[in-house]
Amino acid sequence: MTMESVATAAYLVAALLFIMSLAGLSKHESAKSGIWYGIAGMVIAVLATIGLAFSRDITTVGAILMLIAIVVGAGIGLWRARVVQMTGMPELIALLHSFVGLAAVLVGWAGYYTVEAIGSGQTEIANDLLGIHHGEVIVGVFIGAVTFTGSIVAYLKLSAKISSSPMMLPGKNFLNIGALVLFVALTVWFVITPNIGILVAGTVLALLLGWHLVASIGGGDMPVVVSMLNSYSGWAAAASGFLLGNNLLIVTGALVGSSGAYLSYIMCAAMNRSFISVIAGGFGIEAPASGDVDYGEHHEISAEETADLLKEASSVIITPGYGMAVAQAQYPVAEITRQLREKGVNVRFGIHPVAGRLPGHMNVLLAEAKVPYDIVLEMDEINDDFPNTDVVLVIGANDTVNPAAEDDPTSPIAGMPVLRVWEAKNVIVFKRSMAVGYAGVQNPLFFKDNSSMLFGDAKERVEDILRAM
Amino acid sequence: MLIGVPRESRPGETRVAATPKTVEQLIGLGYTVAVESDAGAASSFTDDAYRAAGAAIVSGQEAWAAEIVFHVNAPSDDEIAMLSDGATLVSLLSPALTPELVDKLATRDVTAMAMDAVPRISRAQSLDVLSSMANIAGYRAVIEAANVFGRFFTGQVTAAGKVPPAKVLVAGVGVAGLAAIGTASSLGAVVRATDPRPEVADQVKSLGGEYMPIESPEVEVSATGYAKEMGDDYKAREAKMYAEQTKDVDIIITTALIPGKPAPRLITGDMVAAMKPGSVIVDMAAANGGNVEGSRPGEVVVTDNDVTIIGYTDLAGRLPAQASQLYGTNLVNLMKLMTPGKDGQLVLDWDDVVQRSMTVARHREKTWPPPPVQVSAVPAAAKPAAVAVKEEKVPAGPGRRYTLVGIGAIVLLLITAAAPATLAVNITVFVLAIVIGYYVIGHVHHALHTPLMSITNAISGIIIVGALLQIGKGDTIVTILAFVATLLASINIFGGFAVTRRMLGMFQR
Repeated sequence: MTMESVATAAYLVAALLFIMSLAGLSKHESAKSGIWYGIAGMVIAVLATIGLAFSRDITTVGAILMLIAIVVGAGIGLWRARVVQMTGMPELIALLHSFVGLAAVLVGWAGYYTVEAIGSGQTEIANDLLGIHHGEVIVGVFIGAVTFTGSIVAYLKLSAKISSSPMMLPGKNFLNIGALVLFVALTVWFVITPNIGILVAGTVLALLLGWHLVASIGGGDMPVVVSMLNSYSGWAAAASGFLLGNNLLIVTGALVGSSGAYLSYIMCAAMNRSFISVIAGGFGIEAPASGDVDYGEHHEISAEETADLLKEASSVIITPGYGMAVAQAQYPVAEITRQLREKGVNVRFGIHPVAGRLPGHMNVLLAEAKVPYDIVLEMDEINDDFPNTDVVLVIGANDTVNPAAEDDPTSPIAGMPVLRVWEAKNVIVFKRSMAVGYAGVQNPLFFKDNSSMLFGDAKERVEDILRAM
Repeated sequence: MLIGVPRESRPGETRVAATPKTVEQLIGLGYTVAVESDAGAASSFTDDAYRAAGAAIVSGQEAWAAEIVFHVNAPSDDEIAMLSDGATLVSLLSPALTPELVDKLATRDVTAMAMDAVPRISRAQSLDVLSSMANIAGYRAVIEAANVFGRFFTGQVTAAGKVPPAKVLVAGVGVAGLAAIGTASSLGAVVRATDPRPEVADQVKSLGGEYMPIESPEVEVSATGYAKEMGDDYKAREAKMYAEQTKDVDIIITTALIPGKPAPRLITGDMVAAMKPGSVIVDMAAANGGNVEGSRPGEVVVTDNDVTIIGYTDLAGRLPAQASQLYGTNLVNLMKLMTPGKDGQLVLDWDDVVQRSMTVARHREKTWPPPPVQVSAVPAAAKPAAVAVKEEKVPAGPGRRYTLVGIGAIVLLLITAAAPATLAVNITVFVLAIVIGYYVIGHVHHALHTPLMSITNAISGIIIVGALLQIGKGDTIVTILAFVATLLASINIFGGFAVTRRMLGMFQR
């Protein structure tokens, strides 16, 4: 029993634990054990790898550096995880994706320096596999770099450090396809004559492509983008696995890659959008509908009147959106929910699949505020119940409750399934102003006779209602 | 301006046109309010309560002489005489059934607005008295039936034997019918409902009832929101269905009304005779001629075969406090509409279709009937076309699917076959892992999307394995690159797992 065979066995166990971890995460009941499977798998994998590294004559300096890197990384990671606001979760996840991407780039480059840079004197790889190794280096670097800049842009957009509107370069599809063609050419060239110049060119090309891909996707599609980048980070790990001939990396990368891709696909299906067009940034292409339509007048309502409506209601549905996250209104919302439920009011939450800036964003926020998860329903579960509902509170949602998606075929969001809140008896819309939502589309809901606007910061208004109750 | 709320003079009327709560709202709109002494007594609203809300308590004479008069029932001749010149009277007037009353009002210089002539457009829903009263009446009809009915509504299995649920048939699914369906089904009865308008099927279902369609070419979506009188073919089929149903059900609640016409006769004497002893019929249309043969307005009739036919015409008034509150709120909503400045000044906007439709007399001129209002409940014609276009996309067909799978299989086979042995193993592992990844998360609960993503993110930190194997191989550049990669991957692993744990810790039932 050599260290190599022990490590191989440990990798198999780790891979199975990762699979169980993902499977566990698909249900509430098993979610917590899922984390522990994941952690156990990671510990086994890392320990086996460290053992393997020592059995391969690691230098003392290398061993010390390895420990320093892990300890420092752990410190930073745990610290960020503890201090992050739940509303800042999308940004953090996007940033973490970028780390994986960058790590993949570095692993690829290190692979280049262990094999290609040494030239014919290298002893790592059998000579007949050299061509494949060349290909693996540049493909791994490419995927990693796209993930890296893509995630950075997503992070900047989500944390509002840059504008979230789509960047519209002329001929952007041509740019994307051109970059891919150029990359294929570079790969062929690199496989034939590997040199540092081509690798640098490939890296830069990939960095630019990643930047452009995400920059040209509008803010409304961010949940899909984050999930897509999650998938990319998996593929990047898998590519590194090919490079190093490490099956654990391949398995894990492929797991993450395909599950992330499937998640993105589910979300696109929920929005009734083509996966390809989201990835290619197709959302903003359609010309916005004529903006000068007269929608009539909107009605305003006070927090006190809202409180009265709620007190008299027997059935209330709350449909939160990104605005609730921004205003940190989930705690007072949860408090209202609690009070109304004590009075016997049937309070439920209707969550649109793309509410917020990453999938399940609203669920996480509501869970943080201790809203029981069995009253948090998804769109399809609750959409038929609106006609029997007395009051709907639309808190910081806009495009996900826009009747134009169903009524107006010229609307940019036409065909997207939406929460049919307007079928309820009363709709109260919490909003800062009459400005348009992320998709840049006016919302006829605000002008319906059964809807009233409650202007101001969502959190303050919800607290006003609480006081009035 | 002053709003007067006189006491209702009609015998048996229990409602009042303003409650202390609506008085407050009216004062909020800038009006002053004078309520006749004891006006709210029958609805359990005391004079003190009105006073506390800010109203003055006055005599009937003074209340009738106000600039705006709120009333529930149509005024008598004496009461019309008490109105001052230029006043506005808001009341139930049923202008279609009592044109002579409209003529009388047109002899005086008053503006008369009929609360029962509100057009059925969604904007006017908040003033629609017919809806708010019908809602109460529908509820009360079930309660009256339950009162007379000698059995449970809900089915039970008890130690003393099994009790079957009561079967309730609701004829006419308007607001009253829907309220009756909801009340009866919440009491546990099996509820069936019928209506000439097919669009109500979903509404019936939503309240727990079963819609019984009458198959006929005449059946069509209503443009006005009201039912219309149907032709002979339809009536024949309808009669057949009622004949079947009456034998089966225990309770029938009829609500069928056609605006401006006598109520249609749905249940004949033969049908009543065929009903089980102890059955109950509530004829909510009794005041307008009755849907049921043998019903008498305002009375309870028991037939020879012990079927009780309830013909109360004051069902809404039997819940006086509730009815007054809703009626009063309807009036407040009208005032909101007609008081754009919120300054207590009444403005009649003749171009507003709601206000125009309600006004039956103005400046000694009869303004009834108003120009028709199209309600257009469902733009049914446009939809089928859109569906047809969509369907073309769907048939990707099994043929295309198999072709795609086949091509994929061949490409994979060629690549793997051409690859060297070690790479082929890697590809095998890779492809199988992709499939596993797809199936493993196939049924993820939507609420867990974020934790799932953050844990896959942590797991993709597995790239640390690659970096660890490269570190310390002697080459400085490689070591530095691997060191940074290890650091980044560690942040990812620890951060990812910690944040996932934190999120899941919050999910609770």
